[in-house]
Amino acid sequence: MVDITPADGIPPAEVAEVELYHPHSWWTKYVFSQDAKVIAVQYSATATAIGLVALVLSWLMRLQLGFPGTFDFITPEAYYQFITMHGMIMVIYLLTALFLGGFGNYLIPLMVGARDMVFPYVNMLSYWIYLLAVLVLVSSFFAPGGPTGAGWTLYPPQAIMSGTPGGQDWGIILMLSSLILFIIGFTMGGLNYVVTVLQGRTRGMTMMRLPLTVWGIFTATVMALLAFPALFVASVMMLLDRVLGTSFFMPAISEMGEQLQHNGGSPILFQHLFWFFGHPEVYIVALPAFGIVSDLISTHARKNIFGYRMMVWAIVGIGALSFVVWAHHMYVSGMHPYFGFFFATTTLIIAIPTAIKVYNWVLTLWRGDIHLTIPMLFALAFIVTFVNGGLTGLFLGNVVVDVPLSDTMFVVAHFHMVMGVAPILVVFGAIYHWYPKVTGRMLHETLGRFHFWVTFLGAYLIFFPMHYLGLMGVPRRYAELTDMTIMTESAHHLNSFISVMAFIVGFAQMVFLFNLIWSIRHGREAGGNPWRATTLEWQTPQTPPAHGNFGKDLPIVYRWAYDYSVPGAKEDFIPQNMPGSFGPSREPA
Amino acid sequence: MAVALVLVLIVVGSVLFHLLSPWWWTPIASNWAYIDNTIIITFWITGVVFAAVVLFMAYCVFRFRHREGNRAAYEPENKRLESWLTIVTAVGVTALLVPGLFVWSRFVTVPRDATEVEVIGQQWQWSFRLPGRDGKLGTSDTRDVGADNPLGVIPSDPNGQDDVVVAAADLHLPVGKPVKMLLRSIDVLHDFYVPEFRAKMDMIPGSVTYFWFTPTRTGTFQVLCAELCGQGHPMMHGVVMVDTQEDYVAWLGQQQTFAQLSAPQKTGSADETTGQTAAAGPEIAARLETVGSR
Repeated sequence: MVDITPADGIPPAEVAEVELYHPHSWWTKYVFSQDAKVIAVQYSATATAIGLVALVLSWLMRLQLGFPGTFDFITPEAYYQFITMHGMIMVIYLLTALFLGGFGNYLIPLMVGARDMVFPYVNMLSYWIYLLAVLVLVSSFFAPGGPTGAGWTLYPPQAIMSGTPGGQDWGIILMLSSLILFIIGFTMGGLNYVVTVLQGRTRGMTMMRLPLTVWGIFTATVMALLAFPALFVASVMMLLDRVLGTSFFMPAISEMGEQLQHNGGSPILFQHLFWFFGHPEVYIVALPAFGIVSDLISTHARKNIFGYRMMVWAIVGIGALSFVVWAHHMYVSGMHPYFGFFFATTTLIIAIPTAIKVYNWVLTLWRGDIHLTIPMLFALAFIVTFVNGGLTGLFLGNVVVDVPLSDTMFVVAHFHMVMGVAPILVVFGAIYHWYPKVTGRMLHETLGRFHFWVTFLGAYLIFFPMHYLGLMGVPRRYAELTDMTIMTESAHHLNSFISVMAFIVGFAQMVFLFNLIWSIRHGREAGGNPWRATTLEWQTPQTPPAHGNFGKDLPIVYRWAYDYSVPGAKEDFIPQNMPGSFGPSREPA
Repeated sequence: MAVALVLVLIVVGSVLFHLLSPWWWTPIASNWAYIDNTIIITFWITGVVFAAVVLFMAYCVFRFRHREGNRAAYEPENKRLESWLTIVTAVGVTALLVPGLFVWSRFVTVPRDATEVEVIGQQWQWSFRLPGRDGKLGTSDTRDVGADNPLGVIPSDPNGQDDVVVAAADLHLPVGKPVKMLLRSIDVLHDFYVPEFRAKMDMIPGSVTYFWFTPTRTGTFQVLCAELCGQGHPMMHGVVMVDTQEDYVAWLGQQQTFAQLSAPQKTGSADETTGQTAAAGPEIAARLETVGSR
């Protein structure tokens, strides 16, 4: 409860501004660009393109699962290649790249009031290495033997053995190489995001005045920098096992009556390394979504985010805790059973800060002035799907409940709901929200609403019933759900229904893509601040923001990011760079 | 208005689906009704939270939707409310965790009188080994696996000679007796999973993992592999028959021991009498090849 006067807490600039790199040709402006905004669009476009591949793969899988035996070209081999590539693309090459490389690059400099990332050249390299990683990944579709079919978790020994597609061909080698490249590229970008948030903030922008979007992306990036090295070493070790015949993960194995030349390695070591990366990865995808959705809800409900400090500490707390829960993916892996006590406890503790975030979102709606814009609709849909998927996490995190449910369709339904559907709904909401800033035009409203309703309700109808197939005992990663005594006739019908819904939801994404492209030229002019939002990216002199973002002078920040509907103020929002006091500010100090 | 209504319908629809849909777990056939009970507790607590949060949202969307002249309240924090919500959540989480950990401690504590049964997974079939008269399983090593020793029993270990070997055939278990399933693989990861028993555990080449249970009713149950093990994974089915004590003893009497199987002049096969229903690995591999060449 402090009064702020206009000049309060604004330190003088400590160092002179560094001159930006200025492009001098079309190539350096749009292709080999060092401007974070262009890099953001490049990241987003590449991630969307590869995401479309993953979408088509999911259709092919659902064709096989929903209508077994109808489509001859989907052999078990092909099916496993589809699920593997679908999972890996969605988690790493789409969601991670889009949230951090796409939204991170676009929003961090603009939201903290910087002209660009701190290391623009490295930032550019980051994108080009990411593109290379994607190309290597795609090349495995054309390699002899096709892509790997080891499942996105790539568990050895099967990942590098002949019973698995691509195990003894090029598939697994290209997959591991692509991951290694991705991590190198990501590290370059990630260091940039962290340093820019810590060192590149404009005057007056304290850490506790950062929009939650920046907090989410920042924390996720720190986590990624700590978690990805585990995947990096695991990939290198498996590559050595596969190419040079070492035995990091390979014990003595008798394959189809033949003794392999490995001995003494530990398959479960890989699982620990993988999930030490893999669990934080869930939150690397979730935290940016948490941050972005907080800002969407606040802006479109015209109300400050409820409990800002709690929200920040919840983000940091979830980030820290997520490093000590990894083995809840391994309750039935055969690790020592006593680990179950520890990891079940830490896993359920993480539910508390997560629940606080949910409460604060809905309490932000309470006594708000809710504009049901498309970004707000997606934010509401996010809360529904995230709460649903989060709660089923309490089943799987509670070690003994996980025993019957692990490796079944329940798990598939859970993680799709919580880290597939929920974050992607936020991605959509964020695109409808920031598209006007990026292009200067609004997305088409009617197409947007159609896209929203089909995607939200369709995705819920896909994944909610799927939990019950898992409860019945239907295992995941089965290329054909036939000859199973537990599966009733009606369960097969349910499966076909899920497949049909998957095609419909996929189709709605085509409408979205059309909207994205069509609106660049034909959308309604947006103006600089169509949502009447407070954060700095909406206060730029030009829309889309020009090179250097803020014109001659950088903005000075006088208040937190959530001064909506401040009593006494004329407008229902006060931009962060607006000096002046409007009655007692209640910005949390 | 429409949005609030849809949110209410999602809650009502989800609850009705849960209560009325025909898709539910299989009738249990083991002592792990505890696990089912823990799942029921979890359904209740999470169901109430889901309904409360979404219905509250629906109310907010209806009550505080934008109308001309509306203005939102300005309330950055409310420490009391935030603390209360944290405490209530912590209590709910504890209510889930405590029964969960209690049942887990039973799950990992194998009773003394449990009989050991070894399950061996390989691409893509199940084999089993039971201790012989001495009540002990002989040690094993993947490097000893060969045509006449499919399970890799170490030939020099005297404890292994009388072990009953059930290669690529059905397992029988007596009803009402606790069993400790020792799980082993000779190639990749597998997972021994019988939905009706509620329990499962991965099998790791180079290690022996375990779980225990007591079969509580007789019948024939399908074994599914629950850990991706290559192309044949979905076809890696097996059969466990839970017998009465008499039927079990009769079945056991027809099985061959390791010593009998590895004797050089062996004739005939145990398969004719046991009625092999589990698809054998090489068969599946052949089937995959025909599929692949289509």
